Amino acid sequence: MNIVIIDYGAGNIQSIKFAIKRLGYDAILSSNAEEIRLADKVIFPGVGEASSAMKMLKSTGLDKVIPTLKQPVLGICLGMQLMCTYCEEGDTDGLGIFHANVVKFDNKLKVPQIGWNRIYDLKSELFTGISEQEFVYLVHSFYVKECEETIASTEYGVEYTSAIQKDNFYGVQFHPEKSSDAGEKILENFLKAT
Amino acid sequence: MLTKRIIPCLDIKNGRTVKGVNFEDLRDAGDPVELAEIYAKSGADELVFLDISATEEKRKTLANLVRRVAEKVNIPFTVGGGISSVEDVDILLKNGADKVSVNSSAVKNPDLVNELAAKFGSQCITVAIDAKEINGEWMVHLVGGKVPTDLNLFQWAKEVEERGAGEILFTSMNNDGTKAGFANKALAVLSSELNIPVIASGGAGNMQHFCDTFIEGKADAALAASVFHFKEIEIKDLKEELRRNGVEVRL
Repeated sequence: MNIVIIDYGAGNIQSIKFAIKRLGYDAILSSNAEEIRLADKVIFPGVGEASSAMKMLKSTGLDKVIPTLKQPVLGICLGMQLMCTYCEEGDTDGLGIFHANVVKFDNKLKVPQIGWNRIYDLKSELFTGISEQEFVYLVHSFYVKECEETIASTEYGVEYTSAIQKDNFYGVQFHPEKSSDAGEKILENFLKAT
Repeated sequence: MLTKRIIPCLDIKNGRTVKGVNFEDLRDAGDPVELAEIYAKSGADELVFLDISATEEKRKTLANLVRRVAEKVNIPFTVGGGISSVEDVDILLKNGADKVSVNSSAVKNPDLVNELAAKFGSQCITVAIDAKEINGEWMVHLVGGKVPTDLNLFQWAKEVEERGAGEILFTSMNNDGTKAGFANKALAVLSSELNIPVIASGGAGNMQHFCDTFIEGKADAALAASVFHFKEIEIKDLKEELRRNGVEVRL
């Protein structure tokens, strides 16, 4: 299986590569549009700040490539947020794949949310073999509002989207590569998606 | 609901764990990777690696270790100890560390916190603060608590939050090594004054101490070393006890 992790200078992608390796597959890092288009599976990672990440995507033309991909694509953390309509962080438009906005947590809460929280109302083959209320690891200050495309929810002061899907595009707010055995199972389910 | 985190801390010197560890199932008691894997399997929520080596080879050895840990371990980990530049952090994150912690270097050059947060994001920048209560005032100390500064704990914590720290790791020098419990009064003040998570460190001796630091100390996470390394407390038992006391944990 040809797995490509989109490399646009956004943070810790080594961990995702290692997690895929633990599942018995190899992934390559690439920013090359042609290589990305030819992959069987594409992972779109990201940590950091939304508007500067969008600028990087635009400067490489990847903002035009990603929404046209036909194979399963998994956005992780900021990757998922950038696939939405609009991100409050840095007041930037996203890629517009998911029809939801990304907004900041209430300042009465500790922000960023750091740690393990539950996912529930699971609605996708991404969660095959995963129990309702499973724990996953999250680190984020902005969240995707609930919408019709939500396939998992989490509660942190508000109920929000912790996973989302539209056609071949998937997004998870949590870090499957850091979410212990459950995370690896979710990653494995994605790699089996068609 | 976000759960409270239990974080074992491993002291590292020249790529090996220091302080004895008492794990009969370890083939190599000095191998941090093997120990980290065991902790991940036993229910630790995160790990902290604190590098105390001071050799010239340090940076390379640590980067190699980080890479080996990231290859094997499927929970998040933080790396600290002598990190003093954007370049240091870049190397560690690229090798697979999830977060880094800075301590003395932030006191010497507070702008470093801003630079790191701007470049890598607040979520991966932990500021570690060692403090000692002297005549009723909590003062920040450097070099593992040996060198006093004129910084007040609460003011310094607020300042680094404003500069972009994503989390505070507060070690009480009064409590560290005593096994008599965490500095819960100071922690509760810190936790209510800050809008970022606070990790309690120093003083863990029994399971009740963890309950107290989450309930009275309002800590978001608790870090300990010897009680875990010497198997005085099993993480699973600890989490069951915490849950019985109404503290939400991942079990």
